[in-house]
Amino acid sequence: MKTMRIVAITVLCLTALTILGASYLAPAGYEQQFRETPQAGPSAHHPLGTDDLGRDRWARLLYGMRVSLTLAPLAALFTTVLAGLVGGIAGYYGGWTERCCKLLIDLFLSVPWLFLLITVRAVLPLNVSPEASVTVTFALLGLLGWAASARVICTGAKDLMKSEFVWQARAQGFSGFKLVRLHLLPNLRGALLAQFWISIPVFIIAEANLGALGLGVAEPLPSLGSLLRELQDVVTLRPEPWRLLPLAVLIVVISSFQALLNKQEVRA
Amino acid sequence: MALMGVVSVFAQDGGELRFCLRSEPKTFNPLLVEDEASETIRYLTGGVLVRVNRVTLKAEPELAASWKVFEGGKRIRFKLREGLKYSDGTPFSAADVAYTMEQLMDPALHSSTGDAFRSAEGKLVAQVISLSVVEISFPAPVANLVNLFDTVAILSAKSPQKEMAVLGPFYMAERKAGSYLLLKRNPNYWKKDAAGKQLPYLDSVRIDIEQNPEIEALRFQRGEVHLINTVSPAIFEKLSADNASVRDAGASTDTEQLWFNQVPGSPLPAYKKAWFTSTNFRRAVSEAINRGDLARIVYRGHAVPAIGIISPSNKFWFNSGLKPHPYDTASALRRLQQDGFRLQGDTLRDRAGNAVEFSIVTNAGNRTRESMATMIQQDLRKIGIKVNVVTLDFNSLLERMTQSYNYEACLLGFQNAELDPNSQMAVWLSSADNHQWNPKQTSPATAWEGEIDKLMRAQAASGDEHKRKQYWDRVQQIAWEQEPFIYLINKDALVAIAPAVKNAAPSVFRPQTYWNVETLALTQAH
Repeated sequence: MKTMRIVAITVLCLTALTILGASYLAPAGYEQQFRETPQAGPSAHHPLGTDDLGRDRWARLLYGMRVSLTLAPLAALFTTVLAGLVGGIAGYYGGWTERCCKLLIDLFLSVPWLFLLITVRAVLPLNVSPEASVTVTFALLGLLGWAASARVICTGAKDLMKSEFVWQARAQGFSGFKLVRLHLLPNLRGALLAQFWISIPVFIIAEANLGALGLGVAEPLPSLGSLLRELQDVVTLRPEPWRLLPLAVLIVVISSFQALLNKQEVRA
Repeated sequence: MALMGVVSVFAQDGGELRFCLRSEPKTFNPLLVEDEASETIRYLTGGVLVRVNRVTLKAEPELAASWKVFEGGKRIRFKLREGLKYSDGTPFSAADVAYTMEQLMDPALHSSTGDAFRSAEGKLVAQVISLSVVEISFPAPVANLVNLFDTVAILSAKSPQKEMAVLGPFYMAERKAGSYLLLKRNPNYWKKDAAGKQLPYLDSVRIDIEQNPEIEALRFQRGEVHLINTVSPAIFEKLSADNASVRDAGASTDTEQLWFNQVPGSPLPAYKKAWFTSTNFRRAVSEAINRGDLARIVYRGHAVPAIGIISPSNKFWFNSGLKPHPYDTASALRRLQQDGFRLQGDTLRDRAGNAVEFSIVTNAGNRTRESMATMIQQDLRKIGIKVNVVTLDFNSLLERMTQSYNYEACLLGFQNAELDPNSQMAVWLSSADNHQWNPKQTSPATAWEGEIDKLMRAQAASGDEHKRKQYWDRVQQIAWEQEPFIYLINKDALVAIAPAVKNAAPSVFRPQTYWNVETLALTQAH
């Protein structure tokens, strides 16, 4: 387990350094089109070759990682905080409060988000920068993605409130914020972290799919999601392993997070 | 005819031809056809008086053995073939033609096929002269009259099966909603090959509904479908590499174009409206776009830079005096300077100092258009213009284009199914709904739009093809100079035809692969 953890921490540190140093590591701008060499294979100039428009794949991967691995965790954090608040309040108070919170959760789960997102895109101004567009997208994902997690947290909080140690703490006069800080939050940490890590890849893939609605990353800005869209075409996908690198990066980064999570869960 | 003889020697009769449609037909009534899927069914089942050969582009006799046009297209007389029967055995006569035309031109039907015949106010008169002769009179001359009958499937006036009784090579036998359509050989089809053998050779045609072109290509690779009418450049290259039978039939009549919103009542700021209504601005943008790169990179060489309204592949109607728009950023900047624009650093500014920035909207999910917009974005950066590429779902895009007019520039394409440009009346008349850059004008907003209106009306009212060509040449010239549409490319017609299909002669015109379906054959029973 210790080796796994060291590997995971190393991978995440390397990823963070890569994201921070993208502008130094990239051989060209992510938007620059080398029109004489579209769809080129790896070379000294383009370590991962070029895409259909002649843009350097390595540069696009670096900047795509920067966009997705910065905004997706932020959105996941936002959604986890919302889920923790709503689910925690529901589980802590129970009764009418729990019923109201669950009603809100059910409402959020049953709303046709696809149509809502189309409407949101329709009212957004057209002249927004790609950076603003992708930020709005992840903010929306964070705002809308908390309901399922809140249900899990609510169940966990409810179970904790019935546990013997909480009863004992109450008998000793613990209540309110002190009870939440000393007993509920530490015991819900595993569930909250799990919801957080699960949300990251879900949001990255969701952002890619939202491209079909006109939401998500606008050209020429790359994201891991937009790079993964290339892999959707089953017929035209060529047997060129370097095209799979965005997928490999996503798997490695998420697995590293999961490795850390497992360790923390064991400790919890 | 010689070709038909060859087929009868090498190809086997029978078998089931299979291909896919993107969606289900919206109607089986041939008079109400508007979508491509319904058009396919009409083509395969409907009997028409005249058929335009998709290779020679000449009108050929079908149900009509001959015809004669009078008064420059105001009147047409058809001599029909005798002894023909519908698929249900009902005899065919001149009364059926008269019945069909009356139905077609009934204003209550709202038939877009019928609209093409409406040259002036007034009623059509279809007079049955004998069992095999019918004369149709219109209130005014109709442009391209004979070829228009290519889209009129003749209904039976007497058959209890109504529009399901057909005179074409196949009839509708089976249908499973959302899944497939099965057409079977019409036993009463009238056409025979050179050896006197009754056509079609095929027993049936199975049409599967398949929305995803990637899955369609996979099924083609597996041999589950025989034909693909429109293949994307990427799939074309993949199938070519796998030695599949794909063909580039040459530049099609379809266009992809960019236009600026010139609607006076749009919610755009006044300075942007001034940019977009400036001919110099539009021509500068046009000259700054590298169309050669669009064709070479986005379409992988399977497209040609567009010159104007009409594709050079439409040889008769294309104005051969027009030259391709040059790719010349220096000339583009000179044009912009004439309108008071100046380059400050890497940003272009107008007279008032506003940085030139606009968005190009296109439909989400269309990779080729997204790629074109991204390339245009980089091209225009070179002359200091910042472009934001926005993809919208099609309904939102339509709402902005046709109702709120809340967009700046739009990148879309037109499918020009008709060779005769008269079908573009709905685009070029300033009062038309599809006059996209500034639709539904009560009077022409500019002098050149006024001139186009006059030319369009004159060509529509003339039965003399050479005069019409002169009018159209001038319309093309004006459109080339003013560039309300910045035409980008004419894409090639890329098709896939399985080796088992014999006698295929793909055309750049719809339906590309099965326009001669009655003579298509399969080498073995599939």
